[in-house]
Amino acid sequence: MAVETHGTGTLPQIKGVKDVPYDELFVSGHRTCQGCESALVMRHMIKAAGPRTIVLGSTGCMYVANTTYYTTPWVVPWMHTQLGASGSAALGTAAGLKVLMRKGKIKDEKINVIAFCGDGGGADMGLGAISATLTHKDYNSLILLYDNESYANTDIQLSSQTPYGAVTTFSPSGTDKRLMHTRWKKNMPGMMAAGHPESRYIAAGCAAYAVDLMNKIRKALELGGPTFVHTLDPCPKGWDYHPQYSQELGHLAVETGIWPLYEVVDGVCNLTGPTRQIAEGRKKRKPVYEYLKRQGRFAHFVDEDVEHFQAQVDKMWTEWLIPGVIPFTVAAKDQAILKVEKKPLHEAQKSA
Amino acid sequence: MAVATEVKVKERPSDVETEQLATGCEAIAEAIRLADVDVMAAYPIRPYDGVMQAAAKLIANGKMDVEYIVADGEHSQFEIVKHACAVGSRVFVGSSGVGWFYAFEAIAVTAGLRLPVVAICGNRALDDPGAFGCEHNDALAVRDLGWLLCWAETAQESMDFALTGWRVAEDKRVSLPLAIGLDGAFLTHSQQIVKIPTQAAVDAFLPKFDLGDRLLHPDNPITIAPQVDQDWLMEIRMQNDQAMRNALTVITEAHAEFKRLFGRGGENPFLDEYMTDDAEIVFIGQGTLSLPMKVAIRRLRKEGHKVGLVRLKWFRPFPTADVVRSLSRFKAVGVIDRDYSFGSPYYGGVLYNEIRSALYSVPKRPTIVGFIAALGGREIEQPMANEIFQKTMAAASGDLATGDICHWIGVRK
Repeated sequence: MAVETHGTGTLPQIKGVKDVPYDELFVSGHRTCQGCESALVMRHMIKAAGPRTIVLGSTGCMYVANTTYYTTPWVVPWMHTQLGASGSAALGTAAGLKVLMRKGKIKDEKINVIAFCGDGGGADMGLGAISATLTHKDYNSLILLYDNESYANTDIQLSSQTPYGAVTTFSPSGTDKRLMHTRWKKNMPGMMAAGHPESRYIAAGCAAYAVDLMNKIRKALELGGPTFVHTLDPCPKGWDYHPQYSQELGHLAVETGIWPLYEVVDGVCNLTGPTRQIAEGRKKRKPVYEYLKRQGRFAHFVDEDVEHFQAQVDKMWTEWLIPGVIPFTVAAKDQAILKVEKKPLHEAQKSA
Repeated sequence: MAVATEVKVKERPSDVETEQLATGCEAIAEAIRLADVDVMAAYPIRPYDGVMQAAAKLIANGKMDVEYIVADGEHSQFEIVKHACAVGSRVFVGSSGVGWFYAFEAIAVTAGLRLPVVAICGNRALDDPGAFGCEHNDALAVRDLGWLLCWAETAQESMDFALTGWRVAEDKRVSLPLAIGLDGAFLTHSQQIVKIPTQAAVDAFLPKFDLGDRLLHPDNPITIAPQVDQDWLMEIRMQNDQAMRNALTVITEAHAEFKRLFGRGGENPFLDEYMTDDAEIVFIGQGTLSLPMKVAIRRLRKEGHKVGLVRLKWFRPFPTADVVRSLSRFKAVGVIDRDYSFGSPYYGGVLYNEIRSALYSVPKRPTIVGFIAALGGREIEQPMANEIFQKTMAAASGDLATGDICHWIGVRK
């Protein structure tokens, strides 16, 4: 019965580049920018999921630039949904398929449901609906958040995923204010994992690590129930760099420790890719400056801005309960009780 | 249910229907059961959510099999059913007042997508200031978007509109969403005797939902709602316009078939007339305000006044020809709006200006007076009905002061 939330073993893990499916289900016809990493995420996502998939696309680059009438690149069935509605689209589609199969109104089979959203649609406007969907454990759906760190389709305005200090059209660097945007990036995948204990799969990925990403998509669809994958997508237009460097910037985001790769499977956190090597001490974290200096959106940074950025990333790695995932720790007096060997995040907690 | 579909309808199926005491909301819940709805989405707001409570009980007690999703807000509610509909599910949803407005983005796109979502709007005043009572501005907000829109008078009619609603909305000539207006409290929460038809009769009346080649499924890999811009949007808008025109025919057909099977629904699918045969003055309005107005009419008739009532059942599509045919017979028409449209022509309500516009090109047209009454859940009391009558009668005899043709009724000084 397809009404079960579990997968059917039709999407095995991909062992290497040569094992990647040949079929393209996201083909020509789109008009995304040169070097668009989000378009690559779409291609990898649907390659991994296969043809028996319904894709729901919320408003954003991957709608507007991707899906022009008469030139759609989607080989699979595809439907637009509203900016803040990726969660509801996934839920409604999955519920519809489930009940129609149960009542015998359509053939009972495994159909993947994937709803994607950008960082604006997912981490800002659609956060509530995604959160709700991740608690509806009876419905099989994957929500994919492609994060290019701004409202990139509407002129590069800042979102809650825009990194600290970055220039956007809503946060220009001026003569009076060097930094207009001083909020730290919302910890979206960590929040989803911590807040939705019945979701069987939450992951953070990056298209620069394509096989890792495709396997995360597959694992999400195989485990079933509501799942969530967040990708960090370098964006030449929004981040202001030459399109040929998209992959390189994706690598740097991970290697500097700014974007940790991980997955939370049935409540167990696994680090993946270089993030794991960094955590093991086999690889040294690169200085964030190597990442920041490659992008025009940080060109106005002075030393103290870089230092602040580095300090925040250091804190992610040295003080968070789970580095890069859970952004708090346990008070000193409770560390022994909870068997946590962490120093407290704040001085104040020591004396508490 | 598979058995029920095989039953041949020979006799009038209404012969074996049952009766029960039900509120408007409970009557709609029975319609959901009879229509074999696949997906519904709930979110609390008074007064519409009586239907969600009633439906939840039916599901909990094994009376119906519906995917019942408690959403995180009205926007999600309407998005969920929209998407469930796109994969071929028959769906139901609803809201009230500001909740209806919270869903408005989803409401707008559902019409653009031509997805036959059926909703109720348990009419409620829009905050602020807070008010639970009935006003029609919530449902009326969809009037320009391509939603079918009707108003029920009784619990029975609520159920009948819902059953007719899926048939009309899902008809391929229409394929538009439908909102059924239920006056908050007066109808959503008042119990009346309701005739519940048999499953066999409903199955004979209501075909299975079939989206045809617009179904979103891996066997039919279409792209729904791509970016069309100026290239195609006008052509697509005009298709919506045509669908709304088609709805007049489809509603008429469905009404006739419903009447044949169940023996209910009145003479005209779009209007109900009460004591209009010899009337010189009529009132027109929507929903439950017909009840106090009928009381007033009976009283005024005893006093020798030739008055009647026309109740508008469908607001979208607006039955222009029927309205013209009906109202042009009378000397004066008092339009009672349970809504407002601030700054509109002559400061009239929404219905007032629609009716005025419909009658503009008629050579012999009645004097039209507008009344804004019973907002925020107030009842129309008999002194208010008297005032409405007096003012309409004065207008009928030519005493119509310019700029004073729309009146607020029952407002404290």
